[in-house]
Amino acid sequence: MTEHSRDLSRRRLLFGGAAVGAGVLLAGCTSNETEPTAAQTKGADAAASGNAAPGQKVVIGFSAPAADHGWLAAITTNAKAQAGAYSDVEFKTVEAGADAAAQRAAISTLISQKPNVIVMLPHDGKELNAAGLEAMKAGIPVVNLDRAFPDALAYRLQIKGDNYGMGVAAAHYIVDQLKAKGVSNPVIGEIAGIDSLELTQERSKGFADTLAQSGLKVSNRRAAEFTADSGQQAATSLFQALPKIDAVWNHDDDQGIGVLAAVNQANRKEFFMVGGAGSKKAMEDIQADNTVLKATVTYSPSMASSAISLARLIAQGKGMSDLVELQVPKEIILASETITKENASNYLKLGF
Amino acid sequence: MSDVTDTSTPERPAQLPAQSPPVDPAETAAAEQRAAGRLSWWRGESGEGARRNLWLIGVLVALIVIGIVTRPDLYGNSSWVWSNILVILKLASVVGVVSVGMTFVIIGGGIDLSVGAIVALAGVWATTVATQSYGAGGMIFCALTVGLGVGLVNGLLISYGRLVPFIATLAMLVAARGLAAELSDKQTQVSNNATINDIASTNLLGIPLLVYILAAVVIAGWVLLNRTTFGRRTVAVGGNPEAARLAGIDVKRHTLMLYALSGLCCGIAAIMLTAQATSAQAAMANLYELDAIAAVIIGGTLLSGGRGTIIGSLLGVIIFSTITNLFAINGLTTEAQNMVKGGIIVAAVLVQQVQFRSLTQFLGRNRLTTN
Repeated sequence: MTEHSRDLSRRRLLFGGAAVGAGVLLAGCTSNETEPTAAQTKGADAAASGNAAPGQKVVIGFSAPAADHGWLAAITTNAKAQAGAYSDVEFKTVEAGADAAAQRAAISTLISQKPNVIVMLPHDGKELNAAGLEAMKAGIPVVNLDRAFPDALAYRLQIKGDNYGMGVAAAHYIVDQLKAKGVSNPVIGEIAGIDSLELTQERSKGFADTLAQSGLKVSNRRAAEFTADSGQQAATSLFQALPKIDAVWNHDDDQGIGVLAAVNQANRKEFFMVGGAGSKKAMEDIQADNTVLKATVTYSPSMASSAISLARLIAQGKGMSDLVELQVPKEIILASETITKENASNYLKLGF
Repeated sequence: MSDVTDTSTPERPAQLPAQSPPVDPAETAAAEQRAAGRLSWWRGESGEGARRNLWLIGVLVALIVIGIVTRPDLYGNSSWVWSNILVILKLASVVGVVSVGMTFVIIGGGIDLSVGAIVALAGVWATTVATQSYGAGGMIFCALTVGLGVGLVNGLLISYGRLVPFIATLAMLVAARGLAAELSDKQTQVSNNATINDIASTNLLGIPLLVYILAAVVIAGWVLLNRTTFGRRTVAVGGNPEAARLAGIDVKRHTLMLYALSGLCCGIAAIMLTAQATSAQAAMANLYELDAIAAVIIGGTLLSGGRGTIIGSLLGVIIFSTITNLFAINGLTTEAQNMVKGGIIVAAVLVQQVQFRSLTQFLGRNRLTTN
């Protein structure tokens, strides 16, 4: 019996030791040190126009949802970095919380601190409309980033990407390439993002409308979830459904990592692919030209940097120097640009 | 796994009840009879399980027939058909491995809502820059250890902390995804390890390595459930935990092991999914808990525990991935696909209820005559 119990305690010691060892080893494995992505800012370089010169001191309040995606992470990074580039800007972030209600509360607190201007990426434009109105009523100009308020009184400036335009740009590139190759009756696949989101529907509509102008249509469309693993599965299904493909548009470069993995796993090389959003990895792949990914259409998080710059100008009462108007315009929709091998090097610093 | 099957109580369960003095002997005898009834009922159940699996195979055949009718052009090509079978199995592989662990948990009377989150956490932890520096072995070790560790925490909370499984694993779902987001800084972490990435693209004898892994896990799960004391105890614990306790089974310890087993399966699944996507992120394996539970339930495992088969769960997963494939080759939308999946789950449970009722009636008659 004693022999048995000693045996047991030795075994316990062994297991315990192994568990502690594994724990220590794992704790060491959490580090993720890589060189940070260079943020997308426009330096306050001396050669630039007078707008960049230090002026009146500005406090910018900023609120964006916690990032669950590379794009959102880049938004916050960019905003912070751009604010840091100006010596006359004080940057004040408030957590947007888990949902629209939490963000509304956070904005209220922010308003009571009376910043000169508020830059906000709402959880949902409709639900945060009231918060925008409240700030504007308190005399604080609001810059809406990417998710529009329905009420024009709720914002001073709205700056956003063009989802419909992404589809248009992707379709234009695909049509041009197919024409150049002389493909008749092409098979075109589409891998969309989360289907229930309005932005996904807009992207797909732009894509389908533009293809229709050339008498083409999408042969098969699979929806993924903006994650690499869902992209891999959607692409695998797509390839199985279409034994021969000429072109594919994948809505999102993050999920594109999985789509490219599926391309390798299925050993399919007969088509070319266009991505979406413009991640750094996608741009590098396009530049290296060793995958099926030949282009990507942007929906760049650099808009956060621009929003901060414009918020500063609004607070200082300045206009955009290339425009005749003395004030910043009310609405800016960024064009979706097409990145190919030829121009990838110009865009690389904008990749996220 | 060897220490799991290694029995902590050397006595056979059936001989034990007499040695629990504080309990009223009559009650003990009744409990013993219930436990014995459970066990013999379980042993006699193989015919029932086979019948149920036949029904599932029937559904599978029907789905394939629909595929042949709707896309005769694709199904006319035999090399496409072969590659399609492999794609269906590959799509089923990750959820299949998760479902094996889930089957044990549900047979044991519990539920594990955290499996998707564990897969994500294990995948993210295994693809941090620091872990990747240890090579493929380090990544695999990390994923398995994280899966097992989180499973153990679940088990401890449920067995010794007396939390309801639903709540404990729901809390773990939220917490594990949160930790995964924290570790990855919400970024998609690309795996640069060729050995790991090759797991998803390697074929042996024309069959993907992922399918072999699925087969290995299913066979191991089948043996563990049907040919070991651990498996019998799982059924006993799920069927009637009080009777199992009176029969000398350490129910708490056993419950702990079931959740650890589920966590370990998630660790294996995390490697497979990371290899497939060549990356990991906190949002990966989204809603896998629902896919796994649905597969286990249509596979004939009772949600209340005490009965179930591994093969049924496997067929459940394959049915779901066949539906996905069927909708893809016909270019139908994901929404329509989800509605059909929901319908199949309801139909499966309805069929199960009807069969269960007639089964218990049959067994009731049987017991009267034999006693």
